[in-house]
Amino acid sequence: MSMSILHVGAARRLLTLLVLLAGLVLSQLALAQQADPGREAAFAVPAVDAELWRQVKAGETGPNYRDSRADSTYNLVNASGETWRQIRERWVSPFGVIVVLGMIAVIALFYLMVGSKKLDEPRTGRKLLRWSLVVRSLHWTVATLFILLALTGLNLAYGKAVFRPIFGDGFWAAMMSGTKLIHNYLGPLFGILLVILLLRLLSHNIPKAHDLQWFAKGGGLVGKGHPDAGFANGGEKVWYWLLATAGLAVIVSGFVLDFPNYGQARDTMQWANIIHAVGALGLTAVALGHIYIGTLGTEGSLEGMTTGYVDETWAKEHHNLWYDEVKDQAIPEEQLAESRPTSEGDEPAPRSG
Amino acid sequence: MATMKFMCDAERCIECNGCVTACKNANEVEWGVQRRRVVTLNDGEPSEVSISVACMHCDDAPCIAVCPTETLYQRDDGIVLHDKDLCIGCGYCLYACPFGAPQFPKQNAFGERGKMDKCTFCAGGPAETKEEEYQKYGANRIAEGKLPLCAEMCSTKALLAGDAQEVADIFRQRVVQRGHKDGGWSGNPRREQKRAGQGNDLSAADSLAYDATQQG
Repeated sequence: MSMSILHVGAARRLLTLLVLLAGLVLSQLALAQQADPGREAAFAVPAVDAELWRQVKAGETGPNYRDSRADSTYNLVNASGETWRQIRERWVSPFGVIVVLGMIAVIALFYLMVGSKKLDEPRTGRKLLRWSLVVRSLHWTVATLFILLALTGLNLAYGKAVFRPIFGDGFWAAMMSGTKLIHNYLGPLFGILLVILLLRLLSHNIPKAHDLQWFAKGGGLVGKGHPDAGFANGGEKVWYWLLATAGLAVIVSGFVLDFPNYGQARDTMQWANIIHAVGALGLTAVALGHIYIGTLGTEGSLEGMTTGYVDETWAKEHHNLWYDEVKDQAIPEEQLAESRPTSEGDEPAPRSG
Repeated sequence: MATMKFMCDAERCIECNGCVTACKNANEVEWGVQRRRVVTLNDGEPSEVSISVACMHCDDAPCIAVCPTETLYQRDDGIVLHDKDLCIGCGYCLYACPFGAPQFPKQNAFGERGKMDKCTFCAGGPAETKEEEYQKYGANRIAEGKLPLCAEMCSTKALLAGDAQEVADIFRQRVVQRGHKDGGWSGNPRREQKRAGQGNDLSAADSLAYDATQQG
């Protein structure tokens, strides 16, 4: 009873905090107004006839266009700049706040109302190998990089509304240059490792007919009992394919933004920036769900990714089809504990005699 | 408060690039960056026009809106300045700017662009000392009561700089009278004579810039 009161109090505080944070960021963004480059240009360059004006405003260059700046590929008016600004300031930034903070609120509410999913049956004590050392290392490296990139990315998008007033200019300047360095140098590493991880896990994530059943039952939330699932259930496959599509789009657009040395045009980078922001904010929100389900949300899941082994009961309940395939490979917990130090291969096996 | 603006009279601009050179020289702009450029449309055709472009110091500047570090800011007189200590070289101002004003000295892998540089309306920028200000941002002619050098050195007075109202008046008079009797130079004796005659105190006023920043 006292636990639940504590929970409700904490949830209220969390929700209030989220609402305040969202309000703060959104109010800052609301200050963005409609700029009028046409009006600025009209003031700055009078004495130009209507046809030339049309040319200038459309950003046309043509064969008889000259620019005294050596390598300039710019036209007189960057017509797409304002479009980019409006999409970013009016849509991407505000909705990004709503999606990410909204996801945190939904997860918090779900945890308080439904709670974590415990195992129905007691553990058998017999373990099944689920994730090899290679996959685990890849997963945690990619996960760490994802979190770093998400935090630095959020800071680039929203930091100025939150941290500059709190920390003051000196710390703020250092924080932002660090943020940009982390994001730009670790981003490509994340991209390469995620592609390797996706290739490694492809065979487990081919969509199957029973996945539709899994969705119809809401992954087990609707009705009684667990829906059928192989090595990966429907939800895991959705997360996989989100990363394989939106994730790849974020990686590719990130590379476009990160390597201006190839001389890509300003318009290309504007679109890359929008794709990157939309994809990354969406994935950040879904990743919060992934983190919740993998840790607090489901009993027995996290140990699969930390130790590599899961309990038989967990496998039977959550991945019954996979369990049927591998149930004869189950190892008793004690045997696993004994074999672990030697299997690591660090220490030489004790000599007999 | 005055609102500082540039205006380029396309009828007068002869594409001499004097403004580009004057700017480069006055501000010791670093290699690879050219704060002002001259654009020619329909080159070689009867409708050919040339226009000198730099930062337009927009009222609602897109660069300020999108900058993630608040490097860019606007002074009360409308001049948009940048703080090089805050710039991280992300390039957003370059994406957003309608006039291609923000530039970066480098264009290297991993987004290594260096610190953004752009026209300051010859108003320098935030720095501890005058030397530091000059080294980072170039001349602060506005503080000396002078107009941006590009406009001051324009041989045909196509490029005008100063309070938007005054600059617009000069242009309007040119259209009406075929030329402005002050010609748009600051410190014009005839103009000052007339102003003194109207009872203005001109003891410290010797330029458009000074007038523009001092008159409400």
